[in-house]
Amino acid sequence: MTTTSSAFATAKAEGRAALVGYLPAGFPDVDGSIEAIRTMVAAGCDVIEIGLPYSDPVMDGPTIQAAAQQALERGVRTRDVLRTVEAVAATGVPTLVMTYWNPVEKYGVDRFAADLKSAGGAGLITPDITPDYGQAWIAAADAHDLDKVFLVAPSSTDERIAMTTAACRGFVYATGVMGVTGGKQATTDVVGPLVTRTKALAPAGLPVGVGVGVSTGDQAAAIAAHSDGVIVGSAFVRAILENQGDKAAYLKALSTLTEELAAGVRRA
Amino acid sequence: MTTHLNETTSFDADAQGWFGGPVEGFGGKFMPEALMKALDELDAAWKGAKADPEFVAEFDAILRDYANLPSPLYEAKRLSEQAGIRILLKREDLNHTGAHKIRNVLGQALLTKRMGKTRVIAETGAGQHGVASATAAAYFGLDCTVYMGKVDTERQALNVARMRLLGAEVIAVDSGSATLKDAINEALRDWVSSVEHTAYLFGTAAGPHPFPTLVRDLTRGIGDEAREQCLQQYGRLPDAIAACIGGGSNAIGLFTAFLEDPSVRIYGFEAGGDGFETGRHAATIVAADQGVLHGARTYVLQDEDGQTIESHSISAGLDYPGVGPQHAWLAKAGRATYEPVTDVEAMDAMALLARTEGIIPAIESAHALAGAMRIAPTLREELGPDATLLVNLSGRGDKDMGTAMEWFKLGDPDDETGDVSK
Ligand SMILES: Cc1ncc(COP(=O)(O)O)c(C=O)c1O
Repeated sequence: MTTTSSAFATAKAEGRAALVGYLPAGFPDVDGSIEAIRTMVAAGCDVIEIGLPYSDPVMDGPTIQAAAQQALERGVRTRDVLRTVEAVAATGVPTLVMTYWNPVEKYGVDRFAADLKSAGGAGLITPDITPDYGQAWIAAADAHDLDKVFLVAPSSTDERIAMTTAACRGFVYATGVMGVTGGKQATTDVVGPLVTRTKALAPAGLPVGVGVGVSTGDQAAAIAAHSDGVIVGSAFVRAILENQGDKAAYLKALSTLTEELAAGVRRA
Repeated sequence: MTTHLNETTSFDADAQGWFGGPVEGFGGKFMPEALMKALDELDAAWKGAKADPEFVAEFDAILRDYANLPSPLYEAKRLSEQAGIRILLKREDLNHTGAHKIRNVLGQALLTKRMGKTRVIAETGAGQHGVASATAAAYFGLDCTVYMGKVDTERQALNVARMRLLGAEVIAVDSGSATLKDAINEALRDWVSSVEHTAYLFGTAAGPHPFPTLVRDLTRGIGDEAREQCLQQYGRLPDAIAACIGGGSNAIGLFTAFLEDPSVRIYGFEAGGDGFETGRHAATIVAADQGVLHGARTYVLQDEDGQTIESHSISAGLDYPGVGPQHAWLAKAGRATYEPVTDVEAMDAMALLARTEGIIPAIESAHALAGAMRIAPTLREELGPDATLLVNLSGRGDKDMGTAMEWFKLGDPDDETGDVSK
């Protein structure tokens, strides 16, 4: 079975960074998102992040906000997210859920962990909790053998990076910009020093993925040179938004973008 | 009168920001890692500032000379007659910019200066905190951006104009429900990008640690003053105190000085909107559904999946689906009692105070008055006519005249429904 860490290890063995692709569940609709994500897997994503649409996404810019809002307006539920995980994980790709905290707490932390595990999910990426306030999640993840992906940022102190990476399993998510998704572009002058600091402070072997502010093959190549993984979200959402209503067109756009990014992470 | 910025109570947060501890309690700091350093720095800076006599003296001088504080404690005699007990009003409506909010923003802006930051951002619902922030920014010469839900900018055009006249940039937020909670989201998004030189002036005693404590410390002067004034003027403590609850700043500001006075009953009145049973309200504590919103574990209006539900109230300042974590804890610990007050009850109380005392209250404050009139008979029954109930009149009603005109049909002198004396 491919796990998050084995996917990163495989990429490393091939001398490249892993490509991590994000889409929210239920966008453009539940079945549509399943097909969209499977297309991304077929075209070269090594790891998948499925977003759980939330009413108050403070780390997301207008693109992902719009997708989440559409999904919620269509009535997507937490159980639909788990169904999406199941359908995507069935392809064999490591499948993480990226979620704000309140929906997990409301579902029941342990129950969420159990249901995610039985859907074949690999773990959670948690943008609005840090290990120092994430005890309940850490306990549930450990009990159910799930990945815990916390974030580090350019503003993180060394002390916080050490604390955060010690609690991670799977990889650590380094935010490439000080800002929200879909806004500023990640640049190597910010990413380089952050990844270097993170590598120095993290437990040996923990992969560092860089996300937020990466949308093209060229950027993926530049970031891949400094990291173990490149995470792309808003650009995939945009590919759907720009072709909404025309499934053949957005699946083609997703496929083309994935291939461009997959080539990028191999060019570094 | 000096503020007791650095005093503690047995209902305070621990060092991690938990009111009542991490298991049973509320608060904490559920925030993106990108902001954790800034929150830690703010916490440390505030601890240093409130222990620094120079900072405290400067804050007190600004409140006195600029914000018109301390506000009077006023015995509302004609209202008292109707209530059957003595009603005292803490007159925060007389403060500069017309509400208790000026205390919080002047304190946070002074702290911003001390921390060497040059720009402030704020969220606002009705526009009161936005106007107060713009005022403090002008006073201290800071750049200011205010985020306001698009729906609210349309409902509160006059306050948008005030903020702009004061030199602030106002950004209309179109995402989500385009109201206060979305304005907070957008301010947080700005802050993630700008945190190095920007301070977030949070408008109420909610949000991630240290904001609930910081805002409480800065507004606690309301109760510190009122307690001293009551002792001076009447030689005794009040039997009960009451305030309205939006996020909870004016209420915690009043309550703090009385938390360790077991004889003083404490009441918070939430916005009951169309009636609690209709589901269209902002009575977060009464609904008692625990969750995490805007950085704190607290009570949240939410659906089965933890998606935030829009709140409803005639009062824009109370129209928020969360509440400050210390109030959640005071409710759970049984130290304070929280009840809903409907739109109708609040508007009746607005007219009542106008007619009996010649004071037009903010609709927010009218919720506290309505609640006070509701509990007065019980206090009289138990304690007799000498019972004393102290109500926080958190703001004045000028900003609400548009709503009042519509509600009471005041615009047309020929329309008799507008004659509230009938
Ligand atoms: C006059 C007045 N009172 C009360 C409030 C509610 O806020 P809080 O609960 O933080 O005091 C507001 C908010 O705008 C207000 O303007």
